[in-house]
Amino acid sequence: MLNVVDGISIWAVPILLGIIPVYGLLRGVPVYEVFVEGAEEGFKMAVMMIPFIVGILVALSVFEASGALDWVIARLAGPLSLVGVPAPVVPLMLVRPISGGAALGIATGLLQKYGPDSFVGRVASTLQSSTDTTFYVLTLYFGSVSIRRTRYALKVALLGDLAGFVAAVVICHALWG
Amino acid sequence: MINVVWVVLLVGGLLVAAAGGTLPEVTQAAMTAAGKGVEVALGFVGIMTLWLGMARIAERSGLMQQLADLLAPVLRRLFPEVPHDTPALGNMSMNLVANMLGMGSAATPFGLKAMQDLRSLQDPSDATASSSMITFIALNTAALNLVPASVIALRVAAGSRSPADIVGPTIMATAAAMMVAVVADRWYRWRQPSPRARGKSPRPPQSPPGRPAAPP
Repeated sequence: MLNVVDGISIWAVPILLGIIPVYGLLRGVPVYEVFVEGAEEGFKMAVMMIPFIVGILVALSVFEASGALDWVIARLAGPLSLVGVPAPVVPLMLVRPISGGAALGIATGLLQKYGPDSFVGRVASTLQSSTDTTFYVLTLYFGSVSIRRTRYALKVALLGDLAGFVAAVVICHALWG
Repeated sequence: MINVVWVVLLVGGLLVAAAGGTLPEVTQAAMTAAGKGVEVALGFVGIMTLWLGMARIAERSGLMQQLADLLAPVLRRLFPEVPHDTPALGNMSMNLVANMLGMGSAATPFGLKAMQDLRSLQDPSDATASSSMITFIALNTAALNLVPASVIALRVAAGSRSPADIVGPTIMATAAAMMVAVVADRWYRWRQPSPRARGKSPRPPQSPPGRPAAPP
């Protein structure tokens, strides 16, 4: 199983990088010219994202650096442990949708401290791999096309995250609890 | 809602900082984050350029169309309003497949391209998210993850005896997340149809007069 997974992670990107041009060439596409033509958009798109990313990163860093995030985590640790969420995992849960880098840092810390094969380590691993950096994705995707009114997008995305969290905890309890 | 969340994060943080006497540090953090935002965005330039070039080849050669055809039965039901002859469905398929395989760096440019395709289906001056955009983002953030490669790598690094045993739980948890996101999306779609889908009544002017339209 691990070999297969490892194989996919090592091979997936190079295979795509190989298959796409070869397939294009076989179909008579002037691949290099078409590549350059598509690639031109890369810079424009990245620049267009700047205001959206700066906006969200500044707000998140203020919330984190001020200690407000720690305060929220401290308030929620008690109630969440009642429903089966191990207390050490609570910060990971709260940070996961907000900051990919911070979540990765917390998950790494938990694995080192409690061991990857402990219950906490497994819940943390499952949580980390089950959900995405929702706020960031929303900002990036809408930002890249200058959408400012996002309607119910955040609600739907966060409901998905919540479902992922609950499922991760329930499944880990069923398997290893 | 994103407006409220943004203000709560910002003002909540500032109030806590003021109460705790850490205002100078927090101000410094905000300034650093602003610079970091630019760095993050510019850090995308290389990968975006590479994959957008690849995406164009895949599009022109018909590879994307084939992938889209493969996922078409599902995507057509989820995106009834997206015309089948646009690259939108193909780019969304590429994004979803790359996401499932844990290839974040390949997934993002396809996702952004798909957003552009969806954007081109609406009025350029309309800065409101279309229902298809929201469905796509819901699918994307709650995407089925078949290969949690980065976490497995973390577990190996931490000395796990069975680093891959979280694959099963991850697939189940992401399947649950995806299902809930799709159902919630359907429900909101039905509750809050987009202004365009509401019928033939003209849309009320949403931006104040005199304000220039959003840049394309």
